[in-house]
Amino acid sequence: MSGFFKSSIGRKVAMALSAFFLMFFLIIHLAVNITSVFSEDVFNELSHFMGTNPAVQFALQPVLIFGVVFHFVMGFVLELKNRKALGVSYAKNNGAANSTWMSRNMIYSGLVILAFLVLHFIDFWIPEINVKYIKGDMSGMHGGEYRYFHEIVAKFESPTRVVAYVVSFILLALHLLHGFTSAFQSMGSTAGRKKALQKFGKIYSFIIPLGFIIVAVYHHFNHH
Amino acid sequence: MSGKGMNLTLKIWRQKDAQSKGKMQTYKVNDISEHMSFLEMMDVLNEQLIAEGDEPVAFDHDCREGICGMCSLYINGEAHGPDRGVTTCQLHMRMFNDGDTIYIEPFRAAAFPVIKDLVVDRSAFERIQQAGGYISVNTSGNTQDANAIPISKHAADEAMDAATCIGCGACVATCKNSSAMLFVGAKVSQYALLPQGQIEAADRVKNMVAQMDLEGFGNCTNTGACEIECPKGISLDNIARMNRELIKASVK
Ligand code: HEM
Ligand code: SF4
Ligand code: FES
Repeated sequence: MSGFFKSSIGRKVAMALSAFFLMFFLIIHLAVNITSVFSEDVFNELSHFMGTNPAVQFALQPVLIFGVVFHFVMGFVLELKNRKALGVSYAKNNGAANSTWMSRNMIYSGLVILAFLVLHFIDFWIPEINVKYIKGDMSGMHGGEYRYFHEIVAKFESPTRVVAYVVSFILLALHLLHGFTSAFQSMGSTAGRKKALQKFGKIYSFIIPLGFIIVAVYHHFNHH
Repeated sequence: MSGKGMNLTLKIWRQKDAQSKGKMQTYKVNDISEHMSFLEMMDVLNEQLIAEGDEPVAFDHDCREGICGMCSLYINGEAHGPDRGVTTCQLHMRMFNDGDTIYIEPFRAAAFPVIKDLVVDRSAFERIQQAGGYISVNTSGNTQDANAIPISKHAADEAMDAATCIGCGACVATCKNSSAMLFVGAKVSQYALLPQGQIEAADRVKNMVAQMDLEGFGNCTNTGACEIECPKGISLDNIARMNRELIKASVK
């Protein structure tokens, strides 16, 4: 089995497994975020639960961080290996004749997502860790109220941040537009499921990034 | 015919031998008939070069009817040129227009080193085949009739489709990762689908994939370019099947 993950196909399977986990995580993350559009209280309650529940904090969160890091490190490793396999490049190469832009540029859409993740960590994750584990304040309160909703509203006041988010999520959509079906193909999904997966992949790649965009844009235009 | 043919500018990769550094060189050919095959056009160029006392351009070819897999060439940025479902030897000059500039390059991949001009060494494919692309058959004289083993029509059709791969290497040449997975996927599938292939199935896929990696081919990222450029229309489903076979063989 250890030999398997050192093989070219094994690496692809590992890449796909980490991607599945990330795609599942995005659903959860969006489900929580979208409540902020409808109800300040529900969003606060859910955020507090996610931020303080030990199972989420000490089981899911480390797995998630491992999954993200594994995914982009493996992405770089595969990219470097593939460049080495290429040898001399063509004087004329018509990639558009036989493949999509998304499929040829996963590393670049990935790099934009990575840059976004850095910004996202600085925006939300590091301040949360600071309050909860450095200052030791697990109450989630600020001025007698839950702070979570106020924090996202404050963050999305800045138009540059909103633009950065929107651009990143468009790139995420492009990443997923190839990535979703690619991950199933890597796992050896059978021919019979291809059409349905392509359809579902398109829906997923559209809905998820759009959801995140709506949340950011909504709070930008509705701050009090 | 004279006067009605195409006048073309050719930009061709010239490389003296495996050790030399090559470069693109420009040639002109005139009065090329649209009925010619691409390789016939190359023959015209070579006769011209020989007449001028120059070294003819080396390129691979054999059957010239799309079955041997010897011809190659990366033409205007596509393996086997702009047409679909054909090898270079089956490509017609009617796909081009008078006054066109045509880029002609060897199939590129670190695992396919150039030997001379447009000729590359594709023996890596043979070594992958030798690693597991076979079945063991009792040849004592009491060999069982293959037709005595029932095979579903569906499996037989899919195995035949996979077996149409001619090992040309267009999939590798086209792939942005120089991955050989379409070729190996086809070779694994043609046996994996049939009862005769079951006995050695696990070792076959493991050994062929190991050899493929050893030869320095890249990792598939499922762009699907190979499937489009493959002259035999080998499907990506064969790669998924190979992945499945390897997963199955590895968890055992
Ligand atoms: C939440 C964030 C992300 C999600 C949901 C995601 C999703 C995916 C999916 C589904 C695939 C296809 C997997 C496969 O073909 O087996 C993939 C591939 C890839 N991802 Fe991501 N990704 C994310 C972040 C990133 C980041 C930050 C990078 C950093 C560079 C990255 C780089 C890549 C690369 C290079 C590939 C292609 C690798 C290959 O196909 O072999 N991704 N991603
Ligand atoms: S899979 Fe297609 S492109 Fe690749 S070697 Fe076989 S016939 Fe050629
Ligand atoms: S020369 Fe045989 S396939 Fe082209």
